[in-house]
Amino acid sequence: MSLIQVNGISKVYRLGDIDLKALCTVSTKIEQGEFVAIMGPSGSGKSTFMNILGCLDKPTTGQYMLEGIDIGKLDRDELAGIRNKKIGFVFQGFNLLPRTSALENVELPMLYDGIPAKERSEKAAGALKNVGLEGRGGHHPNQLSGGQQQRVAIARALVNNAPIILADEPTGNLDTKTSAEIMELFVKLNTESHITIIIVTHEHDIAAYSKRIIRFLDGCIVSDEEKGIRGQGLENHD
Amino acid sequence: MINLPATLKISLRALRVNKMRSALTMLGIIIGVSAVIAMLAVGTGASRQIEEQMSSMGSNLLIVVPGATTSGGVRMGAGTQSTLTLADAEAIKRECPAVEEVGPNLTGVAQVVYSNMNWSTGVVGTTPGMLIVRDWTLSSGKPFTEQDVKSATKVCLLGQVVVDNLFGDTDPVGKIIRIKNVPFTVLGVLGKKGQSATGQDQDDTVYIPVTTAQKKVFGTAFPGMIRSMMVKARGAEYLADAEKQINELLRQRHRIGPKQDADFTVRNLTQMMQAREESTKVMTLLLGAIASVSLLVGGIGIMNIMLVSVTERTREIGIRMAIGAKTWDIRLQFIIEALTLSLIGGLAGIIIGVTGSEILSALFGWPTIVSPLSILMSFSFSGLVGIFFGFYPAYKASLLNPIDALRYE
Repeated sequence: MSLIQVNGISKVYRLGDIDLKALCTVSTKIEQGEFVAIMGPSGSGKSTFMNILGCLDKPTTGQYMLEGIDIGKLDRDELAGIRNKKIGFVFQGFNLLPRTSALENVELPMLYDGIPAKERSEKAAGALKNVGLEGRGGHHPNQLSGGQQQRVAIARALVNNAPIILADEPTGNLDTKTSAEIMELFVKLNTESHITIIIVTHEHDIAAYSKRIIRFLDGCIVSDEEKGIRGQGLENHD
Repeated sequence: MINLPATLKISLRALRVNKMRSALTMLGIIIGVSAVIAMLAVGTGASRQIEEQMSSMGSNLLIVVPGATTSGGVRMGAGTQSTLTLADAEAIKRECPAVEEVGPNLTGVAQVVYSNMNWSTGVVGTTPGMLIVRDWTLSSGKPFTEQDVKSATKVCLLGQVVVDNLFGDTDPVGKIIRIKNVPFTVLGVLGKKGQSATGQDQDDTVYIPVTTAQKKVFGTAFPGMIRSMMVKARGAEYLADAEKQINELLRQRHRIGPKQDADFTVRNLTQMMQAREESTKVMTLLLGAIASVSLLVGGIGIMNIMLVSVTERTREIGIRMAIGAKTWDIRLQFIIEALTLSLIGGLAGIIIGVTGSEILSALFGWPTIVSPLSILMSFSFSGLVGIFFGFYPAYKASLLNPIDALRYE
């Protein structure tokens, strides 16, 4: 059983009288422990694909199986439960709660999982240590640098032991040096903890950290490349 | 699964972060609740005062007063003429089936002396029936009897105020006092009654047999004259009958033709007091209703702020949803916020309302009573307001699409 299996999913948005096809029939599989980059220009359907993978949206047609669960058959709250336990989100804009300490931000997913307060703060502190932010738990997002904020977001994605991290342009707001640090962190999580990492990006040097690149254009997958080794197979497409 | 303590923590934090806004939002509820409590306290206090006056007056009472005198074409007003006699009172008791008891009244002000103390007070000549009419019991000693009335004995009952002023701590029963220089033996002391409906101190009085008053203290213009009488009907339902029977009997006894004006008036005291009580109750309700409107407005204020807060925190809601917050996690968060605002506002309102009532009584001398019921009611009402006006914003928040909410700038 694959971790992620999508069979002929499509997404159609209705804008007034016009049907807007954001995703044409897409099928693919992602296994546990993969590091996948999803690339493509804006409007290519990669964000729509990400939203469906992240259980934030449901496909119009087709089937999405996550760990053998048919996501299309779940209701709103069940989807929330899946997001809580199976998926860690990392966003371009960090999306931390303002005026809330780093530790409490990391505790948030456990809050919705009904984990008792003591265990919450212990696990959150552990996750912060894991991303190299030990002792920064009391800082508020506005007291942290962009890279540090993104680390807090990654700690939040890790804390519920989700098998998948979905990162939507995670380095889009960061400088090159910090971007590299963040990507190294993803690589470490992928190799050491076997967490499946799926990154949406349009930067080649970011995609270079991945082991597999899926390219989108006009709502369709135009190429799907397993590189085996990090950093290879990019030149061909430039 | 909903994690209530955690949701509570989230909500309280949101309120703490926006202290000024939270305080201003609460202000509406604070004013509403304190207004409800203070207004109900004023109303309840007024009703209670009337109730106390009614019970001290006696129940199911009619009062018969003489009619107006006409002197050279000038009518002098009710009670100026003396037309009632003790025989009238006895006849009413004997012949009106709806009447339970009659208490005649021949009053005057006199100087009362005991040893080296003296005191000016209202002296009431009456019969033992008066104590029944007015539901008045003695705190010590015994009442005078019909026999005392028949033989015009020089005995008296003292009101508490008179006892305090003449005797201090001494037991007055059995002592001799002088009323207009006539010696009277004190038989007993009347129980405390307090203020009457007209504001007189009912305990500042001396009761003596009516015949003694007529013959030995005040004298009369004609034999058997009394000033007025109080009549107790057999029950509330007999009041109208009693009034009618007294009218018929006295017209007959005073030989008044059907077209002539009566030389007396029968007034229904109980009915008058009940009307007053009714109007006070209506006033209480009215004050409460007006105050409730401000509570309602306070609730709308909460809804307003909560709606703004939902819009302002759209992104936050999106983050929470992406991370795994379910529909009711989001709803409860906002409902608890609204509820906390209204309950804290309610508590503050209760404190201000209670102190406000105290200040009103101190400043204007209004009797105010803060009933536990009004506290409970306005507190639970403010809670309801919080839930009711918090629900719509919470509902709106929970319906947001997480993707749109995450993109919201």
